Amino acid sequence: MRLSPDEMIFWQYGFFKLNATLVFTWGLMLVLVVSSTLITRKLSTDLKRTRWQNLLEIIVTAIEKQIEEVGLSQPRKYLGFLGTLFLFIALSALCTVIPGYEPPTGSLSTTVALALCVLVAVPFFGIQDQGVGGYLKSYIEPTFIMLPFNIISEISRTLALAVRLFGNMMSGAMIIGILLSITPFIFPIIMTLLGLLTGMVQAYIFTILAAVYIVAATRTRQPKPEPAAET
Amino acid sequence: MLIDWFTVGAQVLNFLILVWLMKHFLYQPILDAIDAREQRIATELTNAAAKQAEAQQEREAFQRKNTEFAQQRAALLKQATDEAQTERERLLDEARKAAAALQAKRQETLRNEAQHLHQALRRRTQQEVFAIARKALTDLAGTSLEERMVEVFAGRLRELDGAEQDRLTAALKASPGPVMVRTAFDLPPAQRASTEAAIKESLGLETPAQFTTAPDLISGIELTTNGQKVAWSIADYLASLEKGVAELLKAQDLPEAAPEPEQPQPEVTHS
Repeated sequence: MRLSPDEMIFWQYGFFKLNATLVFTWGLMLVLVVSSTLITRKLSTDLKRTRWQNLLEIIVTAIEKQIEEVGLSQPRKYLGFLGTLFLFIALSALCTVIPGYEPPTGSLSTTVALALCVLVAVPFFGIQDQGVGGYLKSYIEPTFIMLPFNIISEISRTLALAVRLFGNMMSGAMIIGILLSITPFIFPIIMTLLGLLTGMVQAYIFTILAAVYIVAATRTRQPKPEPAAET
Repeated sequence: MLIDWFTVGAQVLNFLILVWLMKHFLYQPILDAIDAREQRIATELTNAAAKQAEAQQEREAFQRKNTEFAQQRAALLKQATDEAQTERERLLDEARKAAAALQAKRQETLRNEAQHLHQALRRRTQQEVFAIARKALTDLAGTSLEERMVEVFAGRLRELDGAEQDRLTAALKASPGPVMVRTAFDLPPAQRASTEAAIKESLGLETPAQFTTAPDLISGIELTTNGQKVAWSIADYLASLEKGVAELLKAQDLPEAAPEPEQPQPEVTHS
Protein backbone atom coordinates (compact mmCIF):
# COMPACT_ATOMS: atom_id res chain seq x y z
CA MET A 1 0.00 0.00 0.00
CA ARG A 2 1.31 3.40 -0.99
CA LEU A 3 1.26 6.13 1.56
CA SER A 4 1.97 8.85 -1.03
CA PRO A 5 1.53 9.24 -4.74
CA ASP A 6 5.21 10.18 -4.79
CA GLU A 7 5.94 6.53 -4.76
CA MET A 8 4.24 6.00 -8.10
CA ILE A 9 7.08 6.98 -10.42
CA PHE A 10 6.47 7.03 -14.17
CA TRP A 11 9.89 8.20 -15.27
CA GLN A 12 13.18 8.89 -13.55
CA TYR A 13 16.51 10.28 -14.63
CA GLY A 14 18.82 10.60 -11.68
CA PHE A 15 17.45 13.25 -9.34
CA PHE A 16 14.69 14.14 -11.76
CA LYS A 17 11.62 12.03 -11.71
CA LEU A 18 8.07 12.12 -12.92
CA ASN A 19 5.76 10.76 -10.27
CA ALA A 20 1.97 10.64 -9.86
CA THR A 21 2.00 13.72 -7.62
CA LEU A 22 3.43 15.89 -10.36
CA VAL A 23 1.25 14.35 -13.04
CA PHE A 24 -1.96 14.82 -11.07
CA THR A 25 -0.84 18.32 -10.10
CA TRP A 26 -0.36 19.18 -13.77
CA GLY A 27 -3.73 17.66 -14.50
CA LEU A 28 -5.37 19.82 -11.86
CA MET A 29 -3.48 22.86 -13.12
CA LEU A 30 -4.63 22.10 -16.63
CA VAL A 31 -8.25 21.75 -15.54
CA LEU A 32 -8.13 24.98 -13.54
CA VAL A 33 -6.41 27.04 -16.19
CA VAL A 34 -8.31 25.67 -19.18
CA SER A 35 -11.72 25.99 -17.50
CA SER A 36 -10.86 29.49 -16.29
CA THR A 37 -9.69 30.47 -19.74
CA LEU A 38 -12.77 29.02 -21.39
CA ILE A 39 -15.13 30.71 -19.02
CA THR A 40 -13.37 34.07 -18.81
CA ARG A 41 -12.85 34.22 -22.57
CA LYS A 42 -16.30 35.63 -23.09
CA LEU A 43 -17.02 37.47 -19.90
CA SER A 44 -20.09 39.60 -19.82
CA THR A 45 -20.12 42.94 -18.06
CA ASP A 46 -23.83 43.08 -18.64
CA LEU A 47 -26.45 42.08 -16.14
CA LYS A 48 -27.01 38.87 -18.09
CA ARG A 49 -24.24 36.32 -17.80
CA THR A 50 -23.62 32.59 -18.13
CA ARG A 51 -24.00 30.10 -15.31
CA TRP A 52 -20.28 29.33 -15.40
CA GLN A 53 -19.38 32.98 -15.10
CA ASN A 54 -21.82 33.23 -12.22
CA LEU A 55 -20.15 30.24 -10.55
CA LEU A 56 -16.66 31.73 -10.93
CA GLU A 57 -17.85 35.10 -9.73
CA ILE A 58 -19.42 33.50 -6.67
CA ILE A 59 -16.21 31.60 -5.90
CA VAL A 60 -13.91 34.58 -6.42
CA THR A 61 -16.06 37.03 -4.50
CA ALA A 62 -16.55 34.48 -1.68
CA ILE A 63 -12.79 34.03 -1.33
CA GLU A 64 -12.25 37.78 -1.48
CA LYS A 65 -14.88 38.34 1.19
CA GLN A 66 -13.38 35.61 3.37
CA ILE A 67 -9.92 37.16 3.14
CA GLU A 68 -11.37 40.52 4.05
CA GLU A 69 -13.19 39.02 7.02
CA VAL A 70 -9.95 37.52 8.31
CA GLY A 71 -8.59 41.04 8.56
CA LEU A 72 -6.82 41.94 5.36
CA SER A 73 -8.11 45.26 4.21
CA GLN A 74 -6.87 44.86 0.65
CA PRO A 75 -8.06 41.39 -0.25
CA ARG A 76 -7.28 41.68 -3.96
CA LYS A 77 -3.60 41.93 -3.20
CA TYR A 78 -3.65 38.50 -1.56
CA LEU A 79 -6.36 36.96 -3.69
CA GLY A 80 -3.94 35.39 -6.18
CA PHE A 81 -1.93 33.53 -3.55
CA LEU A 82 -4.64 32.59 -1.05
CA GLY A 83 -7.33 31.95 -3.65
CA THR A 84 -5.06 29.63 -5.60
CA LEU A 85 -4.15 27.77 -2.42
CA PHE A 86 -7.83 27.20 -1.69
CA LEU A 87 -8.83 26.25 -5.22
CA PHE A 88 -5.91 23.90 -5.68
CA ILE A 89 -6.45 22.06 -2.38
CA ALA A 90 -10.23 22.00 -2.80
CA LEU A 91 -10.12 20.71 -6.36
CA SER A 92 -7.51 18.15 -5.41
CA ALA A 93 -9.90 16.89 -2.70
CA LEU A 94 -12.99 17.06 -4.92
CA CYS A 95 -11.38 14.95 -7.61
CA THR A 96 -11.06 12.03 -5.25
CA VAL A 97 -14.47 10.92 -6.56
CA ILE A 98 -12.73 10.03 -9.84
CA PRO A 99 -11.61 6.42 -9.81
CA GLY A 100 -7.84 5.96 -10.06
CA TYR A 101 -7.19 9.53 -8.99
CA GLU A 102 -4.89 10.19 -6.10
CA PRO A 103 -4.86 13.67 -4.57
CA PRO A 104 -1.50 15.44 -4.85
CA THR A 105 -2.21 16.92 -1.43
CA GLY A 106 -2.00 13.37 -0.12
CA SER A 107 1.72 13.69 -0.72
CA LEU A 108 3.79 15.19 2.05
CA SER A 109 6.05 16.69 -0.61
CA THR A 110 3.14 18.76 -1.97
CA THR A 111 1.94 19.88 1.42
CA VAL A 112 5.48 20.78 2.43
CA ALA A 113 5.86 22.70 -0.80
CA LEU A 114 2.63 24.59 -0.08
CA ALA A 115 3.69 25.20 3.51
CA LEU A 116 7.04 26.49 2.32
CA CYS A 117 5.24 28.82 -0.03
CA VAL A 118 3.26 30.13 2.95
CA LEU A 119 6.49 30.36 4.97
CA VAL A 120 8.01 32.55 2.27
CA ALA A 121 4.83 34.47 1.50
CA VAL A 122 4.32 35.63 5.09
CA PRO A 123 7.60 37.60 5.33
CA PHE A 124 7.21 38.63 1.68
CA PHE A 125 3.89 40.32 2.33
CA GLY A 126 5.04 41.50 5.75
CA ILE A 127 8.10 43.24 4.32
CA GLN A 128 6.06 44.59 1.44
CA ASP A 129 3.66 46.09 3.89
CA GLN A 130 5.86 47.47 6.66
CA GLY A 131 9.41 47.23 5.35
CA VAL A 132 12.29 44.93 6.35
CA GLY A 133 12.94 46.66 9.66
CA GLY A 134 9.34 46.75 10.63
CA TYR A 135 8.85 43.11 9.79
CA LEU A 136 12.00 41.92 11.57
CA LYS A 137 11.08 44.03 14.55
CA SER A 138 7.92 41.98 14.93
CA TYR A 139 10.14 39.00 15.92
CA ILE A 140 11.46 40.75 19.04
CA GLU A 141 8.12 41.91 20.27
CA PRO A 142 7.12 42.35 23.00
CA THR A 143 10.78 41.61 24.08
CA PHE A 144 13.84 40.23 22.34
CA ILE A 145 13.51 37.12 24.51
CA MET A 146 10.61 36.17 22.30
CA LEU A 147 12.88 35.98 19.21
CA PRO A 148 13.67 32.23 19.45
CA PHE A 149 10.11 31.42 20.27
CA ASN A 150 8.88 33.41 17.32
CA ILE A 151 11.32 31.64 15.01
CA ILE A 152 10.29 28.26 16.40
CA SER A 153 6.68 29.29 16.00
CA GLU A 154 7.29 30.13 12.31
CA ILE A 155 8.87 26.77 11.64
CA SER A 156 6.47 24.72 13.69
CA ARG A 157 3.36 26.27 12.21
CA THR A 158 4.71 25.68 8.75
CA LEU A 159 5.36 22.08 9.65
CA ALA A 160 1.93 21.83 11.21
CA LEU A 161 0.32 23.19 8.04
CA ALA A 162 2.09 20.61 5.94
CA VAL A 163 1.50 17.66 8.19
CA ARG A 164 -2.13 18.56 8.94
CA LEU A 165 -3.09 18.67 5.29
CA PHE A 166 -1.06 15.62 4.41
CA GLY A 167 -2.42 13.62 7.34
CA ASN A 168 -6.02 14.43 6.55
CA MET A 169 -5.81 13.79 2.84
CA MET A 170 -3.66 10.68 3.19
CA SER A 171 -5.86 9.26 5.90
CA GLY A 172 -8.97 9.84 3.86
CA ALA A 173 -7.57 7.95 0.90
CA MET A 174 -6.18 5.29 3.21
CA ILE A 175 -9.52 4.75 4.98
CA ILE A 176 -11.35 4.42 1.68
CA GLY A 177 -8.73 1.91 0.47
CA ILE A 178 -9.04 -0.15 3.64
CA LEU A 179 -12.84 0.00 3.66
CA LEU A 180 -12.97 -1.07 0.03
CA SER A 181 -11.16 -4.24 0.94
CA ILE A 182 -13.43 -4.92 3.96
CA THR A 183 -16.90 -3.72 2.96
CA PRO A 184 -16.98 -2.83 -0.71
CA PHE A 185 -20.58 -1.50 -0.56
CA ILE A 186 -22.14 1.59 0.98
CA PHE A 187 -19.40 2.42 3.48
CA PRO A 188 -16.76 3.46 0.93
CA ILE A 189 -19.35 5.83 -0.59
CA ILE A 190 -20.11 7.35 2.80
CA MET A 191 -16.42 7.68 3.54
CA THR A 192 -15.85 9.23 0.13
CA LEU A 193 -18.52 11.82 0.92
CA LEU A 194 -16.90 12.36 4.29
CA GLY A 195 -13.55 12.65 2.53
CA LEU A 196 -14.98 15.35 0.26
CA LEU A 197 -16.17 17.24 3.31
CA THR A 198 -12.79 16.78 5.01
CA GLY A 199 -11.01 17.95 1.90
CA MET A 200 -13.12 21.12 1.68
CA VAL A 201 -12.59 21.80 5.37
CA GLN A 202 -8.86 21.30 4.98
CA ALA A 203 -8.70 23.63 2.02
CA TYR A 204 -10.57 26.23 4.04
CA ILE A 205 -8.34 25.73 7.09
CA PHE A 206 -5.12 25.88 5.11
CA THR A 207 -6.16 29.06 3.35
CA ILE A 208 -7.51 30.75 6.47
CA LEU A 209 -4.40 29.90 8.45
CA ALA A 210 -2.19 31.26 5.71
CA ALA A 211 -4.31 34.41 5.69
CA VAL A 212 -4.07 34.71 9.45
CA TYR A 213 -0.27 34.37 9.30
CA ILE A 214 -0.15 37.07 6.67
CA VAL A 215 -2.44 39.28 8.75
CA ALA A 216 -0.14 38.74 11.73
CA ALA A 217 2.83 39.77 9.65
CA THR A 218 1.25 42.88 8.21
CA ARG A 219 0.51 46.15 9.84
CA THR A 220 -3.14 46.02 8.97
CA ARG A 221 -3.84 43.19 11.36
CA GLN A 222 -6.93 43.56 13.39
CA PRO A 223 -7.77 42.02 16.77
CA LYS A 224 -9.47 38.89 15.65
CA PRO A 225 -9.36 35.49 17.35
CA GLU A 226 -7.57 32.81 15.44
CA PRO A 227 -9.81 30.08 14.10
CA ALA A 228 -10.03 27.31 16.65
CA ALA A 229 -10.87 24.70 14.08
CA GLU A 230 -7.54 22.97 13.85
CA THR A 231 -7.59 19.23 13.44
CA MET B 1 11.11 8.86 3.22
CA LEU B 2 7.77 10.65 2.76
CA ILE B 3 9.30 13.86 1.52
CA ASP B 4 10.77 13.86 -1.90
CA TRP B 5 12.68 17.12 -2.22
CA PHE B 6 12.63 17.12 -5.97
CA THR B 7 8.87 16.82 -5.83
CA VAL B 8 8.79 19.55 -3.20
CA GLY B 9 10.75 21.89 -5.45
CA ALA B 10 8.70 20.94 -8.48
CA GLN B 11 5.46 21.49 -6.55
CA VAL B 12 6.65 24.86 -5.33
CA LEU B 13 7.35 25.82 -8.94
CA ASN B 14 4.08 24.32 -10.06
CA PHE B 15 2.22 26.24 -7.41
CA LEU B 16 3.87 29.55 -8.30
CA ILE B 17 3.09 28.98 -11.95
CA LEU B 18 -0.47 28.13 -11.03
CA VAL B 19 -0.74 31.29 -8.97
CA TRP B 20 0.41 33.37 -11.92
CA LEU B 21 -1.87 31.53 -14.35
CA MET B 22 -4.88 31.83 -12.10
CA LYS B 23 -4.20 35.47 -11.54
CA HIS B 24 -3.97 36.01 -15.23
CA PHE B 25 -6.82 33.84 -16.40
CA LEU B 26 -9.25 33.79 -13.51
CA TYR B 27 -9.07 36.48 -10.86
CA GLN B 28 -8.17 39.45 -12.97
CA PRO B 29 -10.80 38.94 -15.70
CA ILE B 30 -13.47 38.04 -13.20
CA LEU B 31 -12.70 40.99 -10.95
CA ASP B 32 -12.52 43.30 -13.94
CA ALA B 33 -15.88 42.07 -15.14
CA ILE B 34 -17.36 42.55 -11.68
CA ASP B 35 -15.86 46.02 -11.42
CA ALA B 36 -17.11 46.93 -14.87
CA ARG B 37 -20.56 45.70 -14.00
CA GLU B 38 -20.56 47.52 -10.70
CA GLN B 39 -19.37 50.65 -12.43
CA ARG B 40 -22.05 50.23 -15.02
CA ILE B 41 -24.72 49.63 -12.41
CA ALA B 42 -23.49 52.62 -10.44
CA THR B 43 -23.59 54.72 -13.59
CA GLU B 44 -27.03 53.45 -14.41
CA LEU B 45 -28.18 54.11 -10.87
CA THR B 46 -26.74 57.60 -11.05
CA ASN B 47 -28.41 58.15 -14.38
CA ALA B 48 -31.61 56.70 -13.05
CA ALA B 49 -31.40 58.92 -10.00
CA ALA B 50 -30.72 61.91 -12.21
CA LYS B 51 -33.59 60.97 -14.47
CA GLN B 52 -35.80 60.38 -11.50
CA ALA B 53 -34.85 63.74 -10.07
CA GLU B 54 -35.46 65.31 -13.45
CA ALA B 55 -38.76 63.50 -13.75
CA GLN B 56 -39.65 64.61 -10.25
CA GLN B 57 -38.79 68.18 -11.14
CA GLU B 58 -40.77 67.96 -14.33
CA ARG B 59 -43.62 66.43 -12.43
CA GLU B 60 -43.52 69.18 -9.86
CA ALA B 61 -43.27 71.79 -12.58
CA PHE B 62 -46.17 70.19 -14.38
CA GLN B 63 -48.20 70.06 -11.21
CA ARG B 64 -47.35 73.65 -10.45
CA LYS B 65 -48.28 74.71 -13.95
CA ASN B 66 -51.43 72.66 -13.73
CA THR B 67 -52.37 74.29 -10.48
CA GLU B 68 -51.57 77.72 -11.87
CA PHE B 69 -53.55 76.92 -14.97
CA ALA B 70 -56.49 75.74 -12.90
CA GLN B 71 -56.32 78.85 -10.76
CA GLN B 72 -55.99 81.04 -13.81
CA ARG B 73 -58.87 79.27 -15.46
CA ALA B 74 -60.99 79.60 -12.35
CA ALA B 75 -60.07 83.28 -12.09
CA LEU B 76 -60.82 83.87 -15.75
CA LEU B 77 -64.06 81.97 -15.47
CA LYS B 78 -65.03 83.94 -12.41
CA GLN B 79 -64.09 87.18 -14.10
CA ALA B 80 -66.02 86.20 -17.21
CA THR B 81 -69.00 85.18 -15.09
CA ASP B 82 -68.83 88.42 -13.15
CA GLU B 83 -68.50 90.43 -16.31
CA ALA B 84 -71.35 88.54 -17.90
CA GLN B 85 -73.45 89.09 -14.78
CA THR B 86 -72.58 92.78 -14.73
CA GLU B 87 -73.24 93.07 -18.43
CA ARG B 88 -76.51 91.21 -18.02
CA GLU B 89 -77.58 93.48 -15.21
CA ARG B 90 -76.51 96.50 -17.20
CA LEU B 91 -78.39 95.31 -20.27
CA LEU B 92 -81.42 94.45 -18.17
CA ASP B 93 -81.27 97.86 -16.54
CA GLU B 94 -80.95 99.52 -19.90
CA ALA B 95 -83.77 97.47 -21.29
CA ARG B 96 -85.86 98.21 -18.24
CA LYS B 97 -85.07 101.90 -18.48
CA ALA B 98 -85.70 101.90 -22.20
CA ALA B 99 -88.95 100.05 -21.65
CA ALA B 100 -89.90 102.43 -18.87
CA ALA B 101 -88.90 105.42 -20.99
CA LEU B 102 -90.80 104.04 -23.93
CA GLN B 103 -93.82 103.38 -21.79
CA ALA B 104 -93.58 106.80 -20.21
CA LYS B 105 -93.19 108.35 -23.60
CA ARG B 106 -96.10 106.38 -24.93
CA GLN B 107 -98.21 107.33 -21.96
CA GLU B 108 -97.11 110.90 -22.30
CA THR B 109 -97.92 110.83 -25.96
CA LEU B 110 -101.28 109.28 -25.24
CA ARG B 111 -101.96 111.77 -22.52
CA ASN B 112 -100.82 114.64 -24.71
CA GLU B 113 -102.94 113.42 -27.52
CA ALA B 114 -105.90 113.06 -25.22
CA GLN B 115 -105.22 116.43 -23.72
CA HIS B 116 -104.79 118.06 -27.07
CA LEU B 117 -107.99 116.47 -28.21
CA HIS B 118 -109.73 117.67 -25.09
CA GLN B 119 -108.28 121.11 -25.43
CA ALA B 120 -109.10 121.30 -29.10
CA LEU B 121 -112.60 120.12 -28.32
CA ARG B 122 -113.03 122.56 -25.52
CA ARG B 123 -111.52 125.41 -27.44
CA ARG B 124 -113.68 124.65 -30.36
CA THR B 125 -116.76 124.41 -28.17
CA GLN B 126 -115.82 127.59 -26.39
CA GLN B 127 -115.14 129.37 -29.60
CA GLU B 128 -118.40 128.11 -31.03
CA VAL B 129 -120.31 129.14 -27.93
CA PHE B 130 -118.79 132.57 -27.88
CA ALA B 131 -119.16 132.98 -31.59
CA ILE B 132 -122.85 132.13 -31.28
CA ALA B 133 -123.20 134.49 -28.33
CA ARG B 134 -121.34 137.25 -30.09
CA LYS B 135 -123.33 136.70 -33.26
CA ALA B 136 -126.62 136.80 -31.35
CA LEU B 137 -125.68 139.89 -29.39
CA THR B 138 -124.26 141.62 -32.45
CA ASP B 139 -127.44 140.86 -34.30
CA LEU B 140 -129.50 142.20 -31.41
CA ALA B 141 -127.42 145.36 -30.96
CA GLY B 142 -129.22 148.53 -31.94
CA THR B 143 -129.70 152.24 -31.02
CA SER B 144 -131.93 151.45 -28.09
CA LEU B 145 -129.37 149.08 -26.84
CA GLU B 146 -126.75 151.76 -27.24
CA GLU B 147 -128.80 154.15 -25.23
CA ARG B 148 -129.32 151.65 -22.49
CA MET B 149 -125.64 150.87 -22.60
CA VAL B 150 -124.68 154.53 -22.15
CA GLU B 151 -127.06 154.73 -19.22
CA VAL B 152 -125.59 151.80 -17.56
CA PHE B 153 -122.09 153.18 -18.17
CA ALA B 154 -123.09 156.54 -16.71
CA GLY B 155 -124.64 154.77 -13.74
CA ARG B 156 -121.45 152.80 -13.21
CA LEU B 157 -119.34 155.93 -13.25
CA ARG B 158 -121.53 157.37 -10.61
CA GLU B 159 -121.38 154.25 -8.52
CA LEU B 160 -117.64 154.29 -8.28
CA ASP B 161 -116.43 154.44 -4.73
CA GLY B 162 -114.25 157.26 -3.49
CA ALA B 163 -110.85 155.65 -3.87
CA GLU B 164 -111.47 154.37 -7.34
CA GLN B 165 -112.90 157.66 -8.35
CA ASP B 166 -109.85 159.50 -7.07
CA ARG B 167 -107.48 157.13 -8.82
CA LEU B 168 -109.35 157.45 -12.09
CA THR B 169 -109.50 161.20 -11.78
CA ALA B 170 -105.77 161.40 -11.08
CA ALA B 171 -105.06 159.22 -14.10
CA LEU B 172 -107.30 161.29 -16.33
CA LYS B 173 -105.70 164.43 -15.15
CA ALA B 174 -102.23 163.13 -15.67
CA SER B 175 -103.07 162.09 -19.19
CA PRO B 176 -101.98 164.71 -21.67
CA GLY B 177 -104.52 163.86 -24.35
CA PRO B 178 -108.29 163.90 -24.29
CA VAL B 179 -110.29 161.17 -22.57
CA MET B 180 -110.69 158.25 -24.90
CA VAL B 181 -114.23 156.80 -25.11
CA ARG B 182 -114.52 153.72 -27.32
CA THR B 183 -117.79 152.20 -28.43
CA ALA B 184 -118.81 149.39 -30.71
CA PHE B 185 -121.04 151.65 -32.78
CA ASP B 186 -120.78 155.23 -33.63
CA LEU B 187 -122.70 157.01 -30.88
CA PRO B 188 -125.35 159.59 -31.76
CA PRO B 189 -124.64 163.09 -30.38
CA ALA B 190 -127.26 162.74 -27.64
CA GLN B 191 -125.49 159.75 -26.15
CA ARG B 192 -122.14 161.43 -26.59
CA ALA B 193 -123.36 164.44 -24.64
CA SER B 194 -124.87 162.20 -22.00
CA THR B 195 -121.64 160.35 -21.66
CA GLU B 196 -119.59 163.55 -21.39
CA ALA B 197 -122.06 164.82 -18.80
CA ALA B 198 -121.73 161.67 -16.78
CA ILE B 199 -117.93 161.91 -16.90
CA LYS B 200 -117.99 165.49 -15.92
CA GLU B 201 -120.51 164.82 -13.16
CA SER B 202 -118.80 161.91 -11.58
CA LEU B 203 -115.18 162.79 -12.14
CA GLY B 204 -115.33 166.51 -12.26
CA LEU B 205 -113.31 166.75 -15.46
CA GLU B 206 -113.62 169.40 -18.08
CA THR B 207 -111.54 167.65 -20.64
CA PRO B 208 -113.45 166.93 -23.84
CA ALA B 209 -113.93 163.32 -24.69
CA GLN B 210 -112.79 161.79 -27.92
CA PHE B 211 -115.12 159.13 -29.26
CA THR B 212 -113.81 156.24 -31.35
CA THR B 213 -115.41 153.10 -32.70
CA ALA B 214 -114.15 149.65 -31.79
CA PRO B 215 -116.31 146.82 -33.15
CA ASP B 216 -114.61 144.18 -31.01
CA LEU B 217 -116.28 145.65 -27.95
CA ILE B 218 -119.57 144.01 -28.89
CA SER B 219 -122.19 146.43 -27.69
CA GLY B 220 -120.13 148.22 -25.11
CA ILE B 221 -118.60 151.50 -24.08
CA GLU B 222 -115.21 152.01 -22.60
CA LEU B 223 -113.36 154.91 -21.05
CA THR B 224 -109.66 154.59 -21.10
CA THR B 225 -106.91 156.85 -20.00
CA ASN B 226 -103.42 156.53 -18.66
CA GLY B 227 -103.59 152.90 -17.37
CA GLN B 228 -107.13 153.30 -15.98
CA LYS B 229 -110.28 152.15 -17.64
CA VAL B 230 -114.00 152.21 -16.95
CA ALA B 231 -116.05 150.04 -19.29
CA TRP B 232 -119.19 148.22 -19.81
CA SER B 233 -119.70 145.83 -22.68
CA ILE B 234 -121.22 142.51 -23.45
CA ALA B 235 -117.69 141.51 -24.45
CA ASP B 236 -116.79 142.00 -20.80
CA TYR B 237 -119.46 139.57 -19.76
CA LEU B 238 -118.39 137.23 -22.48
CA ALA B 239 -114.77 137.56 -21.43
CA SER B 240 -115.78 136.97 -17.85
CA LEU B 241 -117.77 133.92 -18.90
CA GLU B 242 -114.86 132.73 -21.01
CA LYS B 243 -112.54 133.17 -18.08
CA GLY B 244 -114.87 131.19 -15.83
CA VAL B 245 -115.18 128.39 -18.36
CA ALA B 246 -111.42 128.32 -18.93
CA GLU B 247 -110.75 128.08 -15.21
CA LEU B 248 -113.24 125.28 -14.91
CA LEU B 249 -111.63 123.40 -17.76
CA LYS B 250 -108.21 124.05 -16.31
CA ALA B 251 -109.33 122.68 -12.97
CA GLN B 252 -110.58 119.54 -14.74
CA ASP B 253 -107.34 119.09 -16.64
CA LEU B 254 -105.08 119.39 -13.63
CA PRO B 255 -105.56 115.89 -12.25
CA GLU B 256 -104.83 114.44 -15.68
CA ALA B 257 -101.91 116.47 -16.94
CA ALA B 258 -99.35 119.05 -16.11
CA PRO B 259 -100.63 122.55 -15.74
CA GLU B 260 -101.34 124.03 -19.07
CA PRO B 261 -99.93 127.33 -20.17
CA GLU B 262 -101.94 130.22 -18.85
CA GLN B 263 -104.97 131.02 -20.97
CA PRO B 264 -105.02 134.51 -22.38
CA GLN B 265 -106.75 136.53 -19.71
CA PRO B 266 -109.53 138.77 -20.68
CA GLU B 267 -109.06 142.38 -20.27
CA VAL B 268 -108.68 143.67 -16.74
CA THR B 269 -111.38 145.94 -15.86
CA HIS B 270 -112.59 148.06 -13.06
CA SER B 271 -116.21 147.59 -12.91
